[in-house]
Amino acid sequence: MRLLGHKPTVTAWIGMAIIVVNLAVAIFGPVFAPYSESQTVGSTWDEPSIQMLLGADQIGRDMLTRLIYGARMTIGVALATTALSFFIGITLGFAAAVLGGWVDTVISRLVDVILSIPLLILALIILGVFGSSIPVLIITIAVLDSTRVFRLSRALGMNLTVLEYVEAARLRGEGTWWIIRREILPNASAPLLSEFGLRFCFNFLFIAALSFLGLGIQPPFADWGGMVRENSAAINFGMLAPIWPALAITVLTVGVNMVVDWLLSVEARPSGAQAEM
Amino acid sequence: MLKLIIGRLGQGVVTLLAVSVLIFVCTQILPGDVASAVLGQGATPEALAAFRKELGLNEPAYMRYFNWLWGAVRGDLGVSMTNQRVIIDELLPRLFNTLFLAGYAAFIAIPLSVGLGILAAINEGKLVDKASNILTLITISIPEFFIAYLMIILFVVNLGWFPSLATVYPGIAFGERVYITTLPAVALTMLVAAHMLRMTRSSVLSVMSSPYIEMAFLKGAKRSRVIARHALPNAAAPIITVIALNLAYLVVGVVVLEAVFVYPGIGQLMVDAVSKRDVPVIQACGLVFAMVFVVLNTLADVAIILVNPRLRHRR
Amino acid sequence: MNDKSEKSEKSDKKIILQIKGLRLEAVRGGSVIVDNVDVILHAGEVLGLIGESGAGKSTIGLSAMSYARAGVHIAAGTIEIDGVNIRELNAADRRDVRGKRIAYVAQSASAAFNPAHTIMDQVCEAPTIHGIMTRQEAEAWARQLFKSLDLPDHENFGDRYPHQASGGQLQRAMAAMAMSCRPDILVLDEPTTALDVTTQIEVLILLKSLIREYGSAALYITHDLAVVAQVADRIKVLRHGKEVEEGTVDQVLQAPKQEYTKMLVEVRGAAASERAVQSSVQDEIILRVEHVDAAYGSFKVVNDVSFDVRKGETVAVVGESGSGKSTLARIITGLLPPIAGQITFKGKPLPKSLAERSKDLKRQMQLVYQIPDVALNPRQRLIETIGRPVSFYAGLGGNQSNIVEDGGQTTGETLDRSSSLYFGMKAGDVKKRTLELLDLVELPKEFLMRRPTELSGGQKQRVCIARALAAAPDLIILDEPTSALDPLVAEEILKLLRRLQAELGLSYVLITHDLDVVHRIAHRTAVMLKGSFVAFDKTDVIFEGPYHPYTEQLVTAVPIMRSDWLDGVLAKRAAHAKAKTPA
Repeated sequence: MRLLGHKPTVTAWIGMAIIVVNLAVAIFGPVFAPYSESQTVGSTWDEPSIQMLLGADQIGRDMLTRLIYGARMTIGVALATTALSFFIGITLGFAAAVLGGWVDTVISRLVDVILSIPLLILALIILGVFGSSIPVLIITIAVLDSTRVFRLSRALGMNLTVLEYVEAARLRGEGTWWIIRREILPNASAPLLSEFGLRFCFNFLFIAALSFLGLGIQPPFADWGGMVRENSAAINFGMLAPIWPALAITVLTVGVNMVVDWLLSVEARPSGAQAEM
Repeated sequence: MLKLIIGRLGQGVVTLLAVSVLIFVCTQILPGDVASAVLGQGATPEALAAFRKELGLNEPAYMRYFNWLWGAVRGDLGVSMTNQRVIIDELLPRLFNTLFLAGYAAFIAIPLSVGLGILAAINEGKLVDKASNILTLITISIPEFFIAYLMIILFVVNLGWFPSLATVYPGIAFGERVYITTLPAVALTMLVAAHMLRMTRSSVLSVMSSPYIEMAFLKGAKRSRVIARHALPNAAAPIITVIALNLAYLVVGVVVLEAVFVYPGIGQLMVDAVSKRDVPVIQACGLVFAMVFVVLNTLADVAIILVNPRLRHRR
Repeated sequence: MNDKSEKSEKSDKKIILQIKGLRLEAVRGGSVIVDNVDVILHAGEVLGLIGESGAGKSTIGLSAMSYARAGVHIAAGTIEIDGVNIRELNAADRRDVRGKRIAYVAQSASAAFNPAHTIMDQVCEAPTIHGIMTRQEAEAWARQLFKSLDLPDHENFGDRYPHQASGGQLQRAMAAMAMSCRPDILVLDEPTTALDVTTQIEVLILLKSLIREYGSAALYITHDLAVVAQVADRIKVLRHGKEVEEGTVDQVLQAPKQEYTKMLVEVRGAAASERAVQSSVQDEIILRVEHVDAAYGSFKVVNDVSFDVRKGETVAVVGESGSGKSTLARIITGLLPPIAGQITFKGKPLPKSLAERSKDLKRQMQLVYQIPDVALNPRQRLIETIGRPVSFYAGLGGNQSNIVEDGGQTTGETLDRSSSLYFGMKAGDVKKRTLELLDLVELPKEFLMRRPTELSGGQKQRVCIARALAAAPDLIILDEPTSALDPLVAEEILKLLRRLQAELGLSYVLITHDLDVVHRIAHRTAVMLKGSFVAFDKTDVIFEGPYHPYTEQLVTAVPIMRSDWLDGVLAKRAAHAKAKTPA
């Protein structure tokens, strides 16, 4: 079976399966969860059993149920952040590439300054002043992350803008928006798609790390990063409770990375390292 | 070329200034009324007034900015709002700790990942390359705290080789410092090395596709010679860029790992300050982090200039 | 030196390279790239490998060193150098042969040199790693080669880095690099294709003398029959990876046996059997350029240029790279506003920049580009590429549907502005019009839903022309329209352009570096050098003399397909020099 005109590798299929399962759990999970969201079933850090396949969390709730409910928040926030970041980044990036001039200069300088500080530091600063509500979280990270997307789309746009078919459209008198939409965007979709995957992974891990530090998604909302934090003390007793949410984060990230790797390899040509001599 | 370097250094200074403005804007201008943003809606008017007085919010913005910046240049970063301690006194030793940990990790990670990355590129498509690809893919997908916990489970709980709390203090013996920070440094290494390996690999591969590489082979040069004398000198610039880029990952990782291992670094200081909404400390930590970052990036750019023959020898 | 008698003795010399049954396949998919090709090369002999792009000639050249690029696999065949089958050697012995006994000269010198090392380092690399010279010996030999290759400051030239030398100098340095081990065989892969005509002739002269002086055998790979005629003893014609014909130079050029060879010779040889049709030219002046200057920043690229174009006429602008001819196209279309002078279009002054021009004005002037691959959006199907200008300009002047309906009687009436104003063209009309345009450029209807990646180079260029025609313009500016195409395909495109001009009364401004193209299609020609016109007149007048010195340089530098042409040029130059020196 061919996808996007190329045959996916085994790892790509595995990755796609992982993504589909995670999305399904996020959307439909609560329908199939064994218990309800805050139901206490056992005692603190019970071992896995038939009733609780992954054991209990720090106040006795079923870990599996918590994971299922947490998927929604964790994946949802990361997706929203990435989508917003992409929207901002692509719009500004292509506009800068096509319009050039002072538009390009002003935005590029601003982006350069923002990129001079590690994203975490800036995020911490803003969260420290504004607090960590979900909208603040999404907007802050999206705006900061859009700088990376801006860089990429601007570079792509600049490469494409100098191509003759874009100039031909300009000579015709086509408007800027038309040129971006019909000439540039369709030819930039492959690298942008893989970049989306990469940014999703970054944002996903980033938000999880923030939640782990207690600065991300706040209670009562459950998310995997926060779950790691809540159960962290179990490590000292040699119990595996925080491993499950951490593992869930890892598995989804591995899945997305597998698909992105495949997308990137599809574009690549064999390099000089493989000449026959 | 000297002009270029001085220009780049100058650019670094300008960037630093711009960054300080950005931090100041984010903490004191953006929120509008900083007092109510930090203290919340339910704060009493007295509390708000006291907060404003303490932060000197009644003065105009540019005055506050200059006072803050001027103080920072002289080493005075203000006083913490939560515990009234002089910030710089607490910050400096922590900064040293963090730099030590980051340096320790970089010391292991850079040679390891650049070397393996080059190896993978040379053997593109073969088993070595494919194996490293899968391993690095998994590693970059693991959140830092997970790596830390796995290491604790293995090395502390099961094997008992290292302590789980990395408590260092000023005056600690060097050898003991190294021992205590080993576990977090290794965790940090794993995180960064995987990214650096992948990026190094793709940089070298892209150099290997250049026509002059083919020319070298056609002259009858051995593979090792082609790589050492033809590919690597041209891969130096992209690899330096890769290393500089990964410093960002190093920063993120340090902050999280300091929390897990309870390591007294500047990362932990900042996280605490954020959860307590201690604005002066947040500003100070942000500024220091940014400064370190800008300095490292500037050095990397200067290194790239030095390595480029087109810039070393003009027409 | 009498070449002809030497050629007949070549068959007695030993065979230095023998390739039998060479078969190259693609790694992915296994499609055949080269199919059962044999090559025999005697010591000191030059064999020209001729073919269009995709013929496999470069790939065969590389296989002579038992080297295949990534994605290509040597599936079968023996490759014998001086009797030894190098395919049966171990890898180390094969490496030993490369550079030492057989050396490669690439097409692009600037890409073949490593920017990180000096030229001397790279020229001395081969002899030192093969252990046949010490570094000092290699350097001395290199300097000698630099001298005989006419490089400036031959003592110190090697200390330069590649970016400090010009393209022509690097090409010669690469020849020196190839000769550094005094190899028995040279593989020259399109060594002069990327160079200007005037540089090309200099490099050709040097290469020929180099080969003769050191007695190397050579495989000379090129697509230009006239060029190969100057250097080669024998020619082998290739097509789609298979052999077509082989013979001595005179045999192949004067009495080709195969149909394909005949076509190649005809296209390249005959100096202008088909000329521009004079009858299409009318009196009305469509475009007038007066004393135009243009600059990029402070650097002046066009200096006091004046010319005019009549309706139905083709004016060619000829020049080498850096002459400013492409800039002229950008000036006329409004992409680069001139800093002085004025341009009049159909009697009215033309606004200098694109933004100031009305949509209708933009419609009347169209541009066709050199490289069809980047001139067409790879993600758009032809119906959109051609259909968009149709619908975009609907409602403006021009004869949207009159062309085909008139059934061929089109000369005077086609550009009748007063008729047919379409307001809001419907999708069905657009499709109909697009199909008409495809027909006009001789492309089949089925191509309507195809994408550019499914078309050949020549077909893509036809689409570009159709796109230009979709606007029903009065003037088309063609920027090197055939330079990226194979000669046979280019000839077809020129035929099409001539036909369209006669039928539709179009005016062309043709920008090119290729004098053959000019002969075939231009009524008048301007010769451009460093931003100014050195001559502007009827094409015949320009090329028959008396010449402006630069025109003479250009004209005499174009190789003619006679094997003794180069010797003739050299003899003329020697006589010229002798006449100048006092007795």
